Amino acid sequence: MSEIVICEGLTKVFSGCRALDQVDLTIGRGRVIGLLGPNGSGKTTLIKILNGLLQPTSGSVLIDGHKIGPYTKSIVSYLPDRNYFADWMKVKDIFDLFSDFYADFDREKAEDMCRALGIEGNAHLKTMSKGTKEKVQLILVMSRQAQLYLLDEPIAGVDPAAREYILGTIINNYNEDGTVIISTHLISDIERILDEVIFIREGKILCHEGVDEMKEREGKSVDEVFRDYFRMTAYQGYRDPERETRGKTVYNAGRKDFEKRGQKEEKKEVEKGGETNDR
Amino acid sequence: MEWDLDDSRSIWPQLKEQLIRAIVSGAYEKGSAFPTVRQLALEAGVNRNTMQRAMAELEAEGLLITNRTAGRTVTTDQTLIDTMKEKLAEKNIQNYLDEMQSLGYTDRQAVELMNDKFERGEMK
Repeated sequence: MSEIVICEGLTKVFSGCRALDQVDLTIGRGRVIGLLGPNGSGKTTLIKILNGLLQPTSGSVLIDGHKIGPYTKSIVSYLPDRNYFADWMKVKDIFDLFSDFYADFDREKAEDMCRALGIEGNAHLKTMSKGTKEKVQLILVMSRQAQLYLLDEPIAGVDPAAREYILGTIINNYNEDGTVIISTHLISDIERILDEVIFIREGKILCHEGVDEMKEREGKSVDEVFRDYFRMTAYQGYRDPERETRGKTVYNAGRKDFEKRGQKEEKKEVEKGGETNDR
Repeated sequence: MEWDLDDSRSIWPQLKEQLIRAIVSGAYEKGSAFPTVRQLALEAGVNRNTMQRAMAELEAEGLLITNRTAGRTVTTDQTLIDTMKEKLAEKNIQNYLDEMQSLGYTDRQAVELMNDKFERGEMK
């Protein structure tokens, strides 16, 4: 089994809303992958299915050739997008917890990294700033010798200096054969550490390719390509829908209408292109 | 070392170029131990696969030598380093000529202009 993750026809429906829609995805080993998409595109849902917190509505997932269960949880290291430790806990309490739960947890490494940041084992979580708590969580997650690291928005809530620390910690500490999936919308901050990117929108994978290939093809940074993919027109005030029938543009149309309109415009451009070629 | 990376281009060729520069300029002396992929990746803020790819290219060109036990060292082959240096110099000269051409100077004029400037002692 060479692939670490294989998803086929993965679908998750929340009371009528398709958070993931027929996702086919294959992810190799030893890669750093950016899971990129706007808010509400399905990034967290996908990650939560991979770590077993959510059950897919339909479709299948295999991690290291196994269905989601105790084995896959033992090789997946997950950083949630929120803090999940109780405030009364001390850093060493959390270390105890991780030592109990995960055979691959390298406690010495975690203690070392905390010491380098000046965090004492007896420090209570409630005395820490939000940024420090996030750093502690990341240290825990990266101190496991996991096969798959799932990092949900690891840099969203911290200042640029802390971001640098977090990215350095990620690239310097993951298991050599392990794969890291980082979900974020802060692309320019992380694109240099990525091997591959996955663009996701409305529960569908729009693109999955190597960063080098993308840059060579587009001649742009991943951040710029992302902006091109996901550019949305700003709301420009209410227009009477009836005017549409009189041939006027409706600016407050739903996104689907925007897309339809975009397709029409593309068609027009193609036709125009054809004409100029004929001449 | 300082890294200057442009996100709109592939990262590994830029790393390769800057590593070659560091070697031919003597920042890493010939025969000396070369940092590990891990160290350089952290320093440049890129992932290990990217740095690995750049360094593999340097190995293929003979600028870096991999020893089984002692890690990588810079080549001791001065001729090879000189050749690489000349290649970079030629590239810089070509860039200058291209730039001057876009201003309307012929190659000869561009060279003479530079020479005049040098003769007048305006260049060190």
